[in-house]
Formats: sequence, structure tokens, C-alpha cells
Amino acid sequence: MSKLRILVPVKRVLDYQLKPVLNAARTGIETQGFKFSINPFDDIALEEALKLESALPKGTVTTHAVSIGSNLQCRDILRNCLAKGIHDVTWINSGKYDLQPLAIAKILKQFVTQGDYNLVLLGKQAIDDDSGQTGQMLAGLLNWSQLTNASSVTVESDNITVTSETDGIQDQVLRASLPCVVTADLRLNTPRYVPLPKLMKVKRKPIKELSLEKDFSNVDIQSRLNIVSLNEPVVKKSGIVVGSVDELIAKLKESKVI
Amino acid sequence: MLSFVNYIKLCASRRSHLLTKTTFQRYGYSTIKLTSDNYPNLKRNDNFKKITSDDLAYFQSILTPQELIIAKDKDELNLYNTDWTHKYKGQSNIVLKPKSVDKVSLIMNYCSKERIAVVPQGGNTDLVGGSVPVFDELILSLSNLNKIRSFDELTGILKCDAGAILEDVDNYLKDKGYLFPLDLGAKGSCQIGGCVATNAGGQRLLRYGSLHGNVLGLEVVLPDGTILNSMHSLRKDNTGYDLKQLFIGSEGTIGIITGVSILTPTNPKSTNVSFLAVKDFKDIETVFKRAKRDLSEILSAFEFMDMKSMQLTKKHLAETDGSMTFPLENEHPFYILIETSGSNKEHDDAKMEKFLEDVMGDETVIDGTMAQDVTEIEKIWKWREMIPESCQSEGAVYKYDVSLPLSKIYSLVESTNAKLLKEDLLYDPVKNPSGPVIGAVGYGHIGDGNLHLNVAAKEYNKIIEKCLEPFIYEAVSELQGSISAEHGVGLQKKNHLHYSKSPVEIKVMKDIKNHFDPNGVLNPYKYV
Repeated sequence: MSKLRILVPVKRVLDYQLKPVLNAARTGIETQGFKFSINPFDDIALEEALKLESALPKGTVTTHAVSIGSNLQCRDILRNCLAKGIHDVTWINSGKYDLQPLAIAKILKQFVTQGDYNLVLLGKQAIDDDSGQTGQMLAGLLNWSQLTNASSVTVESDNITVTSETDGIQDQVLRASLPCVVTADLRLNTPRYVPLPKLMKVKRKPIKELSLEKDFSNVDIQSRLNIVSLNEPVVKKSGIVVGSVDELIAKLKESKVI
Repeated sequence: MLSFVNYIKLCASRRSHLLTKTTFQRYGYSTIKLTSDNYPNLKRNDNFKKITSDDLAYFQSILTPQELIIAKDKDELNLYNTDWTHKYKGQSNIVLKPKSVDKVSLIMNYCSKERIAVVPQGGNTDLVGGSVPVFDELILSLSNLNKIRSFDELTGILKCDAGAILEDVDNYLKDKGYLFPLDLGAKGSCQIGGCVATNAGGQRLLRYGSLHGNVLGLEVVLPDGTILNSMHSLRKDNTGYDLKQLFIGSEGTIGIITGVSILTPTNPKSTNVSFLAVKDFKDIETVFKRAKRDLSEILSAFEFMDMKSMQLTKKHLAETDGSMTFPLENEHPFYILIETSGSNKEHDDAKMEKFLEDVMGDETVIDGTMAQDVTEIEKIWKWREMIPESCQSEGAVYKYDVSLPLSKIYSLVESTNAKLLKEDLLYDPVKNPSGPVIGAVGYGHIGDGNLHLNVAAKEYNKIIEKCLEPFIYEAVSELQGSISAEHGVGLQKKNHLHYSKSPVEIKVMKDIKNHFDPNGVLNPYKYV
């Protein structure tokens, strides 16, 4: 079989356990003082890349993680990837630009073409905007096959087989040949912890940095969608306990239910 | 975002009380021996009245059917009669669950007059047999008194009913930006009143101090039904005896706590947790020293666990929760869990990073990981918090909770294992397949010099108990430690109090008991 050259794009997002708070201008969420982590679905994709590497003959798999963003701490996320065992990482500094999934897919397309990868493994969606579009659009732009929402992945010669959970049918087994894009679902695996001794070793390692403006100047990153407004979910009013049937009937009448 | 949160909720840590119930189902109540059979030397005090139909009629006259559990609900009664460790089982035929403090007062007034013995009960997560009856004592459960009374967002002073569940209160406070100054593994079941009555310690003690410092006032129903109300919200109050202190740690022997006023700290915005491995106990001391130096004011927990305790937990979690992968690749002799809490993430991260570089640089710490997100923080904590339940999962556990000088802490685990081996009790698949003891494991709060020595066994039997007691108590006494750091005395350590308290101290305790409870109806047969 040919060599498996895996690219894992990872996004830095607000920790999914935290409650997002809208900023004063209502154009986005507050970021100051909040914990950010790797998008959990990307973490699962990353784990799968590492698992594929250890499952296949030594030396036949290379792994590379890439993150696009303007925050310097994207590098910390990438360092964790290195510590977990990813061979190489790249940070694409997006500077002042706000990027939507289509733009991300176009940037990734160029990165994939230049880097000669044959498998892109990424989360099925990012938990901050829940768009769930990047993987599919990337496959379209590259004219590659796509296997989405994978809950198991196996590679045999140049074929890749994926199980995906769908509504209604229990499991759907799909096969495609490389090159291809695979998006990871929740039950694919449980990501490993970051081993500290390895993290210490990569601590001082410089992270390869590309600039969106300079290195991707030909890519059209224009937003096609305008965010009209962002609103917090409506808070449900809590119920009350009534003391008697009479009171219940009175309340129901009051609110014109009966 | 929803799918992920829901999924995590799905496999979220099942709280101790749920698991306890499943364990109960597995072993069945019938296998748990009655305390009165286990301790033939304990005799029922005949001064106490056996509950008559008249008594029942009185209770029915002041309580609604929801506030009363009687003989016909055998299964429900069992839950209240049996303790968490499956070691103690009483024979009470009646549980009262009053919904107001006035009703608690009426009940106590009646019981005192009628000489009916009463066991106050909170979440029943007690580990020394203090919260269940020995014979047929009436059980007075506080679980229906579970409201938060008030919270002052400026001062952080919380007033709540005794039966409020720790985790519920903690979640309530977290919504307001505050935190309960106490946290322990049983938080999903244990009640605030019970925590105060037993002066529970837990993982946050290192940072926020003991309940003796944080509790500002109590509302207590005395044995004769008098309501002693000192629900103050004053941090400074030097007007005479500080009465509330007497009830903190009194284990329900001199009054029933019905309300608590407590000072709560603000919830730290930034939390880091790391899980480290070292090759011997000496290195734990070194890491602790450096953690105090380098993490100083943000250090909020420093826990240690030995290899055997993690092996038992691994085995137990593999059977109950498949989503829990061990944080490290290999096994090591000792593990450390370090938590920092602060107000500035960048500042805390920088400190933690420097500290880790330092301890890993010279290989004091040989392996480890640092939680990358909130889920990993919770999972790492779960490895620590699931140890007690895992020790229990083989059938039985002898629990010792002692305070010792730091450098001597682990020697007690080693000498206990040596004694078990010498007396041929230690299980070995080849050499001793019928050995009833899995092993003695050690873990605990290094920061407070508090060791939890758990002896995991297949069953409770007298031979094991004889091997362990008074051996362990004598060893602790010799090292000038305390035989009960945070679990209390209850029934288990009643006869061993003298290892940690002088005869004069014990006499004064008895005098106090007699003053408040001359008829001795409250929580009898226990430590005083």
C-alpha cells in the first residue's frame, strides 16, 4: 500500500463545559478569562490518527496537525498534539480576519495540495458555531471522497472503511479509496491524556508558523454570510408549587388556560 | 454543542449514592449482619422505651404520611438501617422525616419525655457506623429539611437547612459565583447538617480550612426539644462561649443540627489539575514542599494515592464505566493529584508550568499529565474519588482515617500489609488463594497529614478485625497521631477513643453529654 499521510485540522474553542457569554456589542462571545481547549471532535480525530499510526506497519504513516486562528495560544493546542505523538504541526496565523467554514476549507485545500496529504481526518463539527460544514466543503473543493460522522475507521491497502451512526438505520458501513476526507463522530474513541514528559520535551520547540496574509494570498477568504444577530437562549421561567386545588384553578383562570 | 454536553451527561460520573444502591442490590441486604449480632457485648439499654402504638399515633398526629416510614415498608427501612460500608445494620422500625424545625422540636420533646432513643440521620454516608441505629432506635432523617434559606451575594454568607445536599448547595453557589468551602466524594448524597455534625474534612480543607472556622452559626434542636438558634452572620462575635463549636463534630450526641449559617469563598475562575507519578513516598514529600513554594497561594489540593489503590479503582471502573481511561500509560508506585485554583488563568498557568518543569526536570516526577479541559479535570478527580467505592467492590472494606506526621504516613500502610502477610490473611492467586484480604491501600490528603488506610477484603470477619485492631490504633498512638482525622468516632472507634484523648478529656466530654442529654436518648451506644 502507499504511505498514509494524514492531516488533522484542529480548532481552538471555548471549553464545551462552560456557558458562553455574549460580549457587550453582541457580535461574539466573551473570551477574556475563559478556558479554551481543542474542539472535542477534533481531539477525537487526532486520537484516531494516532491509533491508525500504531495499528499500521511502522513507517507507513505520517501525521500532521494544523490549526488556523489568530490567538497565540493556538500554539499550545498544537504543542499538546506533538506531546500526544503527532509528528509535525503548523499554525496558520489568521491575523485580523474572521473566517467562516468556506474560507477555512479553501485555506485547508491549499495546505493539503501543497503538503501532499492523502487523508484528512477532522471533527464532524466545531462545538462553538456548530456549522458542521468544513469537512464536506473541503472534500468538494479537493474533489475527494468524503466519509462523514465516522464511529469506526479501518484502513486496508488503499481503501478506507468507515462506520457511521445514522438516524433510523443503526449502522452504515461505507468504503472509499484514498485520497479522502473523514469526519469524526463522538463514539469513535476516547482521546488520550497529554503525557507531561513528552510535553516538557516539546515545550521549547518552535511551532512552524504560516501567515494567512502572506502565504495564502491567493485564497478568497471573503465571508459569504453575514451574522445578523446573536442572542442568548430564552430563559425558561421556573414553575411554582401551588398549595391547593382551588389555588391551581384560580391560577389557571388567571392565565386564561381555562 | 448540545450533542456533546448531552453525551457527557449520559456517561457523567454516577454519584456515590446511585452506585451504593447498585452494590446493595448486588450483595443484598440479607448478607449484612445485624450490628447486635456482630457485637454481642453491646446490650440494649432497657431504660429506653420500645415504640408502642400510642407513640406511633402521636407521630401520626403531628406528621403527614410522607414524613413517616414504618414497618410495612421493609425495603425502605433497610436503606435507613444499613450504613454505607455494609458493616452496620440496625433494627429500627420507624423513620421520621419532618418537614419543619418545629416538628423536629416536637419529636425530640416527646422522645425525651418518653425515653425513646433517637438516631439523627443525614445522607447516611457515614463511615464509622454513627448514623445508623444499633438496636431499635428511632431514626430521625433530616432529608425533608432541604431548603436554602438565604444567600448574601456581598458577604458570601449562606444560610440553609441541615438536610440540603452538599452538591445541590455547591451548584446553587456556583451559579452565584461562590463555592461551598467543603468538597468530598459523597457530595451527591451527604447533607450539610451531617457534614457539620461530623466536622467533615475533604479535599478543599487545605485551601479553605475546617468547618470550625467557616461555620458562623447553627440552629440546633436540643434533646428536650428546645430550639437553640444562633444563625448569625457575624464573622466576629466575642460575646461569651462559642456554643456552635460544641455541635460541630458532636456526631448527633448532644443536639440535632437543623440549620447552618456558613461563610463561602468566591468560586475561583481558573482551575488546573495535574496527575503525577513518583517512584517512592519520599518523593511525594519533595513534590509537596516544592508545590507549597512554587504554587503557594493557588495550591488548592494535594492528594496522594498508592499503586494498589489505583489498581483496584481501575478494575472497578472497567466494570462500571467504560469511558474512564487511566491518565497515564504505565503504572507507578505512587500518584499525586495537584489542583490549583486562582483568579487569573495566565498567572496560574505560568506558575503551574514552572513548577512542573522544575519537578520533572530533575526527575522527581517520572510521569504525569495535565488536564486540558474541564472534562479531563473531572475525570482525573474521579480517579481519586472512586477509590473508597472501589476498595469496597470486592465485598468488604475496613476503613481507617488517621492523622500522622507527614514523613510517617506511608509506613503505616506498609506495616499493616506486613502484618496481614505474616498472619496469612493476604490473598495471593498462587500462594494463598483462600486469603480473605485483597490488601491494605493508602491514599489521602497529604496537605493535611491525613491518611486513608483502607483494607479491601472479600468479607467482614473477626479474624481480619483482630489482626487490624488494636494494631493500627496502637501504631497511630505511638506516632502521636489521631485515630480519626475526619471520619469521626461513631460506633467503630468508640472503644479506641483513649488512643487519642486523655482520660480527663474524655471525662469532660461525658459531662457535656450529660448536661445536654441527661436521659441519653440522642444517638446512644456511640462515642460518649
